[in-house]
Amino acid sequence: MQNKKTLFLLGLRDVIPLLIAAAPFGIVFGALAQANGLSVLATMGMSAFVFAGSSQFVAVTLIGVGAALPIIIVTVLIVNLRHMLYSISLMPRVGGLSLGLRTIMSFWLTDEAYATSSMKLQENPKMVNFHWHYLGAAVGMYINWQTCTGLGILLGQQIPDLTKWGLDIAMVVAFVGIVVPMLKNRAQWACATAAFFCALVTHDWPHQTGLLFSSLLAITVGVLLSKKTYLSTAPSGDADE
Amino acid sequence: MNEWVLILGMMLVTFIPRFLPMAMADRFRIPAILRKALEFVPIAVLTAIIAQASLIHNGEFDLSFANAYLYGLVAAFVTALITKHMFKTIVVGLVVYAIAFVIISKI
Repeated sequence: MQNKKTLFLLGLRDVIPLLIAAAPFGIVFGALAQANGLSVLATMGMSAFVFAGSSQFVAVTLIGVGAALPIIIVTVLIVNLRHMLYSISLMPRVGGLSLGLRTIMSFWLTDEAYATSSMKLQENPKMVNFHWHYLGAAVGMYINWQTCTGLGILLGQQIPDLTKWGLDIAMVVAFVGIVVPMLKNRAQWACATAAFFCALVTHDWPHQTGLLFSSLLAITVGVLLSKKTYLSTAPSGDADE
Repeated sequence: MNEWVLILGMMLVTFIPRFLPMAMADRFRIPAILRKALEFVPIAVLTAIIAQASLIHNGEFDLSFANAYLYGLVAAFVTALITKHMFKTIVVGLVVYAIAFVIISKI
């Protein structure tokens, strides 16, 4: 069993490639928020208190087109619902932890921290003190996001065209680097293939609901295809119920 | 519109869905079948994000040769298959994207 500090630092180290990939996003957010009329303080405040990348993007885009407040809030809710899937998937890992710890773990839940730690869990499913690894990755993400938002506010005033560069490619290739090594059997490949094509077909569904639908469909495909191996291991007494 | 009311509202609607499942982790016994399903969450969600971010631009399919993302995506995919290494995947994907971007913008 590794100690807490080692795991925390390991999480911080493991998330570094994703910090680099997320940096352009934070910078573009800072610049875009300014361009769409959010004050400097509120831009920083949104990153500090909301801390949900895609939701923040959607919000400042909607501010830019003059959407009403309730519309923005509801859209943000829907866009961020995929994080609920992450939270559900972490349920078996957080039982027994204090409510305070779970609160901060939820607040810091992002695609990047989740991806980093679930990659670690795939390597070592029986890992103890998982949450320290996760917290290391999450703290790295939080500091990175605040720094990049600030940088974006500054850069956006210098380079008005910044928001038009195709900077989200960094996120695409980082996620490829996470997902592909996770694909080890037929069910996992089928799940990824289903998610990929379904997300393309449903891209024009409102408020990124296509993303959520595609994820659920792909998960179902994965479970159905792995059912046989799953049933054959169940009688070994490994199952919960 | 008050910016801080907006931030407070956004904070609530982003925090609650992230928090509720974790907060209730002790009260529910997660059935084995759901546990199995949860193993697929990272693959499913991240792949769906990859697909939309690379092949949909301004709400339209972009499968043309002029889509630099396509080259970055394919290069990253091949590198990840061969090396299984995240950092190498990012570097190769970004370099190929940058080259494609420059060439396409000059044509």
